[in-house]
Amino acid sequence: MDQMTNLSKWSKRGLAAVGLVAGALLLARCAPSAPTSARKAPTAASDLQVAAMKTYVAPGDLDEYYMFSSGGHSGQVYVYGVPSMRHLSTIPVFSPYPGTGYGFDDDSKKMLGRFTWGDAHHPALSETKGDYDGRWLFINEMNGRIARIDLRDFKTKEIIGPVANISGNHGSTFITPNSEYLLMSSRFSIPIPKGTYAPIDRYAATYKGIAAGVKVDPKTGAMTLGWEVLLPPFDWDLGDAGKGPSDGWFFLTAYNSERATGKLEVTASQRDRDYIVAINWRDAEKHAKDGKGDLVGGVKVLDPRKLPGFVYLMPCGKSPHGVDVSPDGHWIVGSGKLQGVTTVFNMEKILTAIRNKDFTGDEDGIPVLKYESIKDAEVQVGLGPLHTQFGPDNWAYTSLFVDSAIVKWKLGTWEVVDKVPMSYSIGHLAAAEGDTVSPDGKYLVGLNKLSHGRHLPVGPSQPESSQLVDISEEKMKLIYDAFTEPEPHYAQMIKADKIHAIEVYPKEENKHPLAVWDVKDAGVTRQGDKVTVKAVLVRSTITPTAVEVKEGDTVTFALTNIEQTTDELHGFGLLDWNVNVVVDPGETKTFTLKVDRPGVFPYYCTNFCSALHQEMQGYLVVKPR
Amino acid sequence: MRSFIEKSDRILKSPLGLGPRGLLLLATLLLAPALVSPLWRLTMFAPQYQEGLRLDIYSYKLEGGNHGQDTKEINLLNHYIGMKDLVAEDFTEFLWLPFAIGAFGLLFLRAVMLGTVGYLVDVTVMFVYFSGFSLWSFAHKLWSYGHNLAPTAAVKVPPFMPPVFGGKQLANFEVYSYPSLASWALGAAALALFLALVLAWRTARRAGTVAGQGPG
Repeated sequence: MDQMTNLSKWSKRGLAAVGLVAGALLLARCAPSAPTSARKAPTAASDLQVAAMKTYVAPGDLDEYYMFSSGGHSGQVYVYGVPSMRHLSTIPVFSPYPGTGYGFDDDSKKMLGRFTWGDAHHPALSETKGDYDGRWLFINEMNGRIARIDLRDFKTKEIIGPVANISGNHGSTFITPNSEYLLMSSRFSIPIPKGTYAPIDRYAATYKGIAAGVKVDPKTGAMTLGWEVLLPPFDWDLGDAGKGPSDGWFFLTAYNSERATGKLEVTASQRDRDYIVAINWRDAEKHAKDGKGDLVGGVKVLDPRKLPGFVYLMPCGKSPHGVDVSPDGHWIVGSGKLQGVTTVFNMEKILTAIRNKDFTGDEDGIPVLKYESIKDAEVQVGLGPLHTQFGPDNWAYTSLFVDSAIVKWKLGTWEVVDKVPMSYSIGHLAAAEGDTVSPDGKYLVGLNKLSHGRHLPVGPSQPESSQLVDISEEKMKLIYDAFTEPEPHYAQMIKADKIHAIEVYPKEENKHPLAVWDVKDAGVTRQGDKVTVKAVLVRSTITPTAVEVKEGDTVTFALTNIEQTTDELHGFGLLDWNVNVVVDPGETKTFTLKVDRPGVFPYYCTNFCSALHQEMQGYLVVKPR
Repeated sequence: MRSFIEKSDRILKSPLGLGPRGLLLLATLLLAPALVSPLWRLTMFAPQYQEGLRLDIYSYKLEGGNHGQDTKEINLLNHYIGMKDLVAEDFTEFLWLPFAIGAFGLLFLRAVMLGTVGYLVDVTVMFVYFSGFSLWSFAHKLWSYGHNLAPTAAVKVPPFMPPVFGGKQLANFEVYSYPSLASWALGAAALALFLALVLAWRTARRAGTVAGQGPG
């Protein structure tokens, strides 16, 4: 009986315990499987239809905008169509690209110099009166170089550099409103000139930052170094050129105003404010013209300590990354990446502070403007603000790396009105003509660093993600995911009708001394051990069909594609040799070979051209010595 | 019979009235566009050639579309089937066509000034013969291009006749062949000659009848 009582007592207690647990579970519900912010926009069927209609470019139809996206350490520029986000073409710039034979022929090899890589970051379209004019695209590279791409044929035409004293050219190629200058700067301060030794613990005292202006010829686009300015050993990061009331000034952000070394993620993040430097480039140009400056590394470097009045520091919190000038040039927007605010400076206030010498100190002789005197607003945008692009009606769009979102706010009223999540960790963003004097609105592309889970698994090397956002209405709407080539830093989006690209090189423009336009003129000439082969490429023969040379000869092939028909490209692959050239219709390219081994080596057309493409072949016959 | 000959002879010898002379002047003027504008146009479409390839045949030259590029493209494609290149040197027509058109202009003008009905009959007949011969010559040219294919051609196709008037599917190409402005001008000139002839004949006949009713 006692046992029975005990049992029932225990079972009663057990039941009560189960009840308690069940009750607690009911109250607590389940642990969420996704964060509250996780939403896959757009979700409603009607939203999906709208997004599909807005991004669908029917077969045969053309996109509304070109987007030129930097290829980061791939060294290339990728061209996308917006709104379809289709990859239209790759423009090889700093790295060889066998697809177009870039880096294999004599000219492009010479242009690449001793590098086969470059870390391309910030493309800049040429401007006239602050608007894109569709002539050239410039892009920087970390090894101190800038390239110019001609938008008539989408080809890299010129690479200058490595420019003396510039070390880690990240803050580049921001362009002035009439394409007068492109900016360059040192992200990694070093002792200058290059080749100078100084131990790391002498960093603060002997390492130097440099900013440079590269002059652009208004007719040809040809680039030359204009001037260099000596700056403190901060990490010079990103810039923009002024326009309107701020025209004549370059703005460039710096982190590590601590002048620290070692573990920078800690040592360079101590101060609450770092700087944006304002450089009056018209004054710099004048100083350079007057022959001022000290010769360092073979070029004249202007020292603001000796030439006061053209360089000023604007305090900006904290570890600023992007600095962007508003379309009217009235506001300078700096984003401290380790702060939750974006700081807006007023150009009139900056000029007044300079006039009134409203300074709070100096850094290596460069006056520091009083923060409170030049600031208009600190906009509460969210965590990790990086870059700002603009739309019409004073709308501003700022990327938030930490929050992984784009925030929309208004210049002047500083109200924050909307936020759209990005997948994931957005860096730069590019709006339709969003850094010009007249932004179009309409489209905004978030250039994201991470894409995980948004695409079919492709192994650990994940593609980057570029997301298209519709900004034509009050609420921003994510309408398309694209997975872009590594690694889009900045991009430029230009209305398609501003670019007038040719489809073939007109015969009458080909002035190449080795060009031949008739198969009758093709052939081999010899001078000592120098052999020149003038070859004609046309459907479906490479003339001459056989070339006999002697071991030890130096052979130059000049390949002329005499086609004048769109899309009739011909390739030239030479087996067992590192030769892979592609010649566009109307173009002549050369490559030179030291034939140091005998044998018979087939050459053939690599770029499928016609029904008898497979027959387009020949032999290089090398006779032993 | 004798009376018919006499009547015809009288009509043929009678001078042209103002109406027929005006029409002859019109025919002369119509020869001008025939000299400077294309006679015939060949148009070719294929999946790879959505914009089409065009060839304009003038009385004195060939002109490819797209600034002459289309002629090169057509020749380039035709070399695969062993067709001869379309080159101006092969067209003897380019020598005698402008000469003939110019000569007709002079003959028309002569008729305007000094013409009789008989003379009008002569130039009309000659002009119709010239037009017919030119058309035959053009068709024959097309035939010989389509039938004289090199035996070493990469792609063997049976000899073919390209269209002279209308459309035809040749391999992957839709080929169209139609007269252009110059041919229409020549046609209009022929029509003007016919009208002048009808008008002149009727006037002369009526004049003869009226004369016959006189004192004789």
